[in-house]
Amino acid sequence: MSAPLLLQELERGFAALSGRQRDAAGLGAARREQLAAALADGLPGARAERWRHTSLRALERRAFSPLPASADIDAATLAAIPGPRIVFVNGVFAAALSQLDGIDGVVAMPLSSALETGTARDVDFLARRFEAADETFARLNAAFALDGLLLQVGAGVQVAEPLALVMLGAAGDAEHAVHLRHCIQLGDGARLTLCEYQLAATPQAHLVNSLMHLHLRSGARLDHVRVQAEDAGATVLARSDVVLGSAADYRRIDLEIGANLSRHELNVALQGKAARLSASGVLLADGRRHVDTRLQIDHIARDTACELTWRGLAADRGRAVFHGGIAIRAGADGTAAQLSNKNLLLSANAEIDTQPVLEIHADEVQASHGATVGQLDEAALFYLRSRGVPEQAARTLLTLAFCRVVLDGIGNESLRERTDALLSARLLQVAA
Amino acid sequence: MLKIENLHVSVAGKEILKGLDLAVRPGEVHAIMGPNGAGKSTLGNVLAGRDGYEITAGTVDFGDKDLLQLEPEERAAEGLFLAFQYPVEIPGVNNTYFLKAALNAQRKYRGESELDSMQFLKLVREKLRVLHISDELLHRAVNAGFSGGEKKRNEIFQMALLEPRVAILDETDSGLDIDALKMVAEGVNHMRSPERAFVVITHYQRLLDYIVPDYVHVLAEGRIVESGDKTLAHKLEQHGYAWLDERRVPERATP
Repeated sequence: MSAPLLLQELERGFAALSGRQRDAAGLGAARREQLAAALADGLPGARAERWRHTSLRALERRAFSPLPASADIDAATLAAIPGPRIVFVNGVFAAALSQLDGIDGVVAMPLSSALETGTARDVDFLARRFEAADETFARLNAAFALDGLLLQVGAGVQVAEPLALVMLGAAGDAEHAVHLRHCIQLGDGARLTLCEYQLAATPQAHLVNSLMHLHLRSGARLDHVRVQAEDAGATVLARSDVVLGSAADYRRIDLEIGANLSRHELNVALQGKAARLSASGVLLADGRRHVDTRLQIDHIARDTACELTWRGLAADRGRAVFHGGIAIRAGADGTAAQLSNKNLLLSANAEIDTQPVLEIHADEVQASHGATVGQLDEAALFYLRSRGVPEQAARTLLTLAFCRVVLDGIGNESLRERTDALLSARLLQVAA
Repeated sequence: MLKIENLHVSVAGKEILKGLDLAVRPGEVHAIMGPNGAGKSTLGNVLAGRDGYEITAGTVDFGDKDLLQLEPEERAAEGLFLAFQYPVEIPGVNNTYFLKAALNAQRKYRGESELDSMQFLKLVREKLRVLHISDELLHRAVNAGFSGGEKKRNEIFQMALLEPRVAILDETDSGLDIDALKMVAEGVNHMRSPERAFVVITHYQRLLDYIVPDYVHVLAEGRIVESGDKTLAHKLEQHGYAWLDERRVPERATP
């Protein structure tokens, strides 16, 4: 059986990359190997357990150009996102839109610069091999990614201003496959707020495949807000691989409110004693959107904790898929794990699939999980309407209230207000 | 102003209101009393436009509008207010935000200019002062975690803010201690005016010591069986609702 069109086209595109791009930092062989592995195993099909609820059949018949192609963006597009920020347009670092000066104790640069000038050590994470047959997109990322954010926050450095990572999609002469690879490291006791935006500057139907490595060393704290509000034509594949050192504190909020097809994998290894993870999010599947979030939280060390709070909304013919996997390994005693996934089914044709999976091999753990699928509270709806709030506005108000628990977790006030406004504006478009 | 004629209402196939008549004119306070299961709350809910009630006969005119044809939010904007017997807790919706949205939606419906945040807060402060309510209620989610008394206070505060033409109080006195009851009554009395009418639905006569009605109606088995002035409430209090059964009058009394 020949490879699907998507992969054939990417293979052709790989050949069209310049040798300098392919072989930078001595990565040529690794890139070729990962591409070959992706071609050999193909795209995960219906029988791949981790892709059971997300079909790629429509995607595999499409062709995307893998050649980097930036586009001119009006800086006003970014007016709502203050600096410091690093901006990528269609996968290419946009120096004119980025503001990276003057963050003391922080090394921030585009991967493309590191590939040209840096030492191999700076980019050694790019040589990582992805062994599982269903890791097609990670393999493609390893083969193609030429840009992304490299960020190192020095030990003890407390960065006050939120740093924005912005990935913009813009229409061009083709539909592009965009591969971005980010690596973010916080030293001992370092502290940072990162806001990550995946947005559309103009309507397009690109495929965005991003892979982020995050490493928090001992006692570091990262507050991370990610907003995926891509164009309704776009396909987003995002994977975050996180390693937490002892007493590291990682607080993350994801709003998945855009794209036609979105798949997010969040893999967190709580490797150090007393590491903590708080990961919350909102999945919004309206129109014909398919939004899939898959968490795999791995408690390795003792006294670690995770709190996972996710809210799903499915309207029209949308489909929201949530998998909350928590593994507590032998020896990870004293672990506390909590998962809550509540969903609102806003139309008869929408679909929600939720699956909490707890695997416990340790003693003295506290673990709880709950998943519900329900509808808007009719009594609350009537109460609001009886005061004069029109029905549609009342539904939006209640839908936003349903997500409030997630937004309330954002510590930075202006960031919370901005994120709240983004979600409110987006919910106004939902016919609840 | 509010004219109910021969109203028949069924819930899940069971007839609850069986030909109810009531006429309320501006400036009047009507008390509707009755035993449990008489249809008191059904009346309030049907007037406010709640789903789940089948109106099988009768008409309700509100000003020059056919009330039963209006959506709940349109009824509110036309000037109808229902103080709920059980105000709904809505976690995640801020009370102030909700009230501003409600007031401005009503103003927009009536072709009035919407209030900005400053104007709205000024109005809120004014109402709070008059009602002696702490502004702490404003910062919380709608009724979420409120005590029974706080919920009823919030209902009265909403009423004061929205300034309806007709306010229906559905057993607002139930579960209230005497202080909260007085506060509710003060709120209502303060709002009494020649342009505004009240329909006070209650099981007990106690509330009517503080909100003195112009008319008292007894609702039993789905219709008004007796009407009179405030002395009727005292008679009921003395003799109990069983007294009605002995002297059930067939004609429908309308003030």
